Amino acid sequence: MIHNRDMIPERPAPKSVIGPLAWLRANLFNGPINSLFTLIGLYLVYLLFVPAIQWAFINADWIGTSRDDCSREGACWVFVNARFSQFIYGLYPSEETWRPNIIFAGFFTLIAWLAIPRLPLKRWVAAFALLAFPVIAFVLLHGGYFNLTVVPTSQWGGLMLTLLLATVGMIAALPIGIMLALGRRSEMPIVKSFCVVFIEFWRGVPLITILFMASVMLPLFLPGDINIDRLVRALIGITLFQSAYMAEVIRGGLQAIPKGQEEAAAALGMTYWKRMGLIVLPQALKMMIPGIVNTFISLFKDTTLVMIIGLFDLLGIVQAALSDSRWLGFSLEGYVFAAFMFWIFCFSMSRYSQYLERKLHTGHRN
Amino acid sequence: MLNKKNLVLAVSTSALALASISSAHASTLEDTMERGAVRCGVSDGLPGFSAPDDDGNWQGLDVDVCRAVAAAVLGDADAVDYVSLNAVERFTALQSGEVDVLSRNTTWTTTRDTTLGINFAGVSFYDGQGFMISRDLGISSASELGGAAICIQAGTTTELNLADYFRANDMEFDPIVFDTSEQTVGGYQAGRCDVLTSDTSQLAALRIQLDDPDASVILSDVISKEPLGPSVRQGDDEWFNIVKWSLFALLNAEELGISSENVDEMLESENPNIVRLLGQDGNYGEGMGLEADWAYNIISQVGNYSEIYDRNVGMESPLQIERGVNALWTDGGLQYAPPIR
Repeated sequence: MIHNRDMIPERPAPKSVIGPLAWLRANLFNGPINSLFTLIGLYLVYLLFVPAIQWAFINADWIGTSRDDCSREGACWVFVNARFSQFIYGLYPSEETWRPNIIFAGFFTLIAWLAIPRLPLKRWVAAFALLAFPVIAFVLLHGGYFNLTVVPTSQWGGLMLTLLLATVGMIAALPIGIMLALGRRSEMPIVKSFCVVFIEFWRGVPLITILFMASVMLPLFLPGDINIDRLVRALIGITLFQSAYMAEVIRGGLQAIPKGQEEAAAALGMTYWKRMGLIVLPQALKMMIPGIVNTFISLFKDTTLVMIIGLFDLLGIVQAALSDSRWLGFSLEGYVFAAFMFWIFCFSMSRYSQYLERKLHTGHRN
Repeated sequence: MLNKKNLVLAVSTSALALASISSAHASTLEDTMERGAVRCGVSDGLPGFSAPDDDGNWQGLDVDVCRAVAAAVLGDADAVDYVSLNAVERFTALQSGEVDVLSRNTTWTTTRDTTLGINFAGVSFYDGQGFMISRDLGISSASELGGAAICIQAGTTTELNLADYFRANDMEFDPIVFDTSEQTVGGYQAGRCDVLTSDTSQLAALRIQLDDPDASVILSDVISKEPLGPSVRQGDDEWFNIVKWSLFALLNAEELGISSENVDEMLESENPNIVRLLGQDGNYGEGMGLEADWAYNIISQVGNYSEIYDRNVGMESPLQIERGVNALWTDGGLQYAPPIR
């Protein structure tokens, strides 16, 4: 009997099963029809990408100060370069931009602190971010105290304004939305009907109409010496609109929690707020993360609508820059830049929400 | 009997009346002096008329009208709070007192002047609907455009004016309608139409966006009247006069040959018109509640009308719009200001 005492050493899988070539064969060329589609697809990509890359990088002009520095064969990033600080800060006076810079730094530090799990003192940082930071940000940006020159909100703009509108909208809309969702499921008739009417009213009107009402009708009804700041009007409009949407998203999550959960909590003698705060909401909110982030992302993009009430958000300031007669005709560059900025923020939000879903995943998912 | 429409009208007019009464409790001039800045409504971006430059400063012809008013009232052309307004909210902003001057390429029409509670203080730019065609077509007059394919932007008065003009001249045309001005230029550039029509000021802005601007010409024919000018709220005649005469001062300065460069030498001038305009003899600003040097401040800080025109929309600007009807009456144009005396 032939007997081999040694194990046969492991050998790599044959070339035809692993490696890039095998992957190509298995996924792209596993049959005549698929091969044909792959080739057509590749050709389309070639048609689309080569000119795009040539336009955006190879033939593009990067250095200069005026339109004369652009060959017009490809993109003229000189335009974006010359206007960059305007796209970020709007019409904020250039010698004061250190103020928004501090706020930007603080804003991103706080977000990072809250988002990275290893960092300590989460509770205190969160309290600071929600209670103290908005006040600091307002005082620093608006000025008027501590010998800071006043910068009226009409000069705020660009990415700064977009982030401000979106952040305030998100942070204010979430708690209001939770309250409205709970109220709508409540058995108290007045609370319930108030919430239903509120949600159905604000959700039934387009955001653009709300902004128009806030900027065109509201001033006519207010006495002449009362003038509510446009930014504040826009913020209130966005928050009310967004909280109605948020309420329905959260209500969807609440519906999905089996009734037994709440009944069990009640059987343990928990009060309503404890039942909601400790049992129902944590489960519901976790389940609704995709929905909530979806709403946040759509809010982030909806902030561009403030353009129609004369506020220069990121897109608005790009469009205003496009109407400078010295820079006419660079709309493609401007819009590509704006789209890219929006994409960065929306994509990061989306990635973070996916991470959060994985982290909070407790094995209930099917 | 009140029907529903009347009721709505009554409610909205009383709302308007309320708004204007309550904001008229102190005069606009006093409010402005106290605030130290003129609140001026400008467009949220219109080439040559109002747009922020690379440093974030507003500039343009409409903006310079605001600056002139600020120079006259406060002696400082930079003391302006700009509020960018879109076409819909501009009148509300003026009525509700959010701005005190509306200088936002607004056409002076009967309806606006008589029903919106505002007054037009004059004409800062005579605009009108014109035509841009390819130079190769060799057409020199709008009357030769019969049968042409014409690119227009949808939903604007341009569309109506165009139809009226061609019907009146018994010509056919083929309208090709686009939604935005960018699409309209795109259509023209791609050869979808032979002619592009819009207001002349806009045509000039559209022309420099073409790949080869020199291959297209703007015909000198104008088929509609679009007088653009600043407006103020009704009910404050003092403020109305200030804006009106700030505009007239710009025109008078050009007519008398006073510019921002020579205004200091002109203080020595013997010409009685110049002496009066610059406030060297008597105070012609008194009736408006202003200092004697109001016009001097305008000219030294903002310039005269031709300087403003040239640097924003004229030959020194990228737009290169000819003076045309915007020339002074002495040069065969329409710009005419009453004398200062």
